Amino acid sequence: MAQESEHVEGQQHPLGVYFKIWGWLFVLSTASYMVDYFHVQGMLRWTLILIFMVAKAGLIVAVFMHMMWERLALIYAILAPPAAVLLFTALMTSESGYTFLTRTIFFAP
Amino acid sequence: MSEATVTDSGTPQPRPSGLEGFVADWSSDQRTFKGVPWGKAMMWIFLLSDTFIFSCFLLSYMTVRMSTTVPWPNPSEVFALSFGGDPIPLILIAIMTFILITSSGTMALAVNYGYRKDRTKTAVLLVVTALFGATFVGMQAFEWTKLIVDEGVRPWGNPMGAAQFGSTFFMITGFHGFHVSVGVVFLLIVARKVIRGEYDRGEKGFFTSRRGSYEHVETMGLYWHFVDLVWVFIFAFFYLW
Repeated sequence: MAQESEHVEGQQHPLGVYFKIWGWLFVLSTASYMVDYFHVQGMLRWTLILIFMVAKAGLIVAVFMHMMWERLALIYAILAPPAAVLLFTALMTSESGYTFLTRTIFFAP
Repeated sequence: MSEATVTDSGTPQPRPSGLEGFVADWSSDQRTFKGVPWGKAMMWIFLLSDTFIFSCFLLSYMTVRMSTTVPWPNPSEVFALSFGGDPIPLILIAIMTFILITSSGTMALAVNYGYRKDRTKTAVLLVVTALFGATFVGMQAFEWTKLIVDEGVRPWGNPMGAAQFGSTFFMITGFHGFHVSVGVVFLLIVARKVIRGEYDRGEKGFFTSRRGSYEHVETMGLYWHFVDLVWVFIFAFFYLW
């Protein structure tokens, strides 16, 4: 790790980190594909899909996009706003539930 | 971390870390993102806006899927492919996922070799990344053709179930495929700049007329990893759910 190089503004990390994460991404992708291949259904399916998805996304952002080595000023500026999407998801879940209800009441065959 | 701020006296002051550093970076009249080149900070902010675009697409998909009274087509069967024998569920999508992850790995290596100023290895890895990206788009074109021609899926309807399946599928994967295609073009542009040594000489770019440097490879990498990141969410929510 070149601490005192003339290039202070650069992300220099040993290659091994990338290979390790690369391997994990393959493992996690295979695992999420296996969920579908073995027809896991119901709550277990959704839980597994979400766990593998969040793990993959986290590894990509943290290591491949170097977020874990950035200062908190950037981390918060980029990672905090998407939390608003969760609120949006909650809103649209209740909204689509209502749409579904009115459809079953008024457009039932 | 050896970030420093130049004060009037010319002596660099070490930056505080952690939450204290967060407050210190954001307060007072100074550059907020320490140790991050201008282009990289702007790329992150662009990616944040892109995050919201894809979030809105996936949320609208969630909304129409939850509110339809017609059964949703089973993606596991729709995207199955048979190589002579029984159809294997979702196999094409799985291969596309692995291709995109592989390209993400070669991209990460390219960024690393870029900072080591290894021109040949960086350029080769960038071209390999672009090739994987092009393969991905090619397989997506094959997937679309199969769906449109063989299975009769249209944005306004399909024989398998809910009409919204087609509209959300073409919108989400189409927009993602467009991102990959743009990425491939820019990967090739950056690879050309690397191999010609433009980043070693710090030549000015055609677009921003700022001095080029190997940090551009990392900024390019951010975009490419983001494309992979979006695919992680599309794969989970559209294909697996």
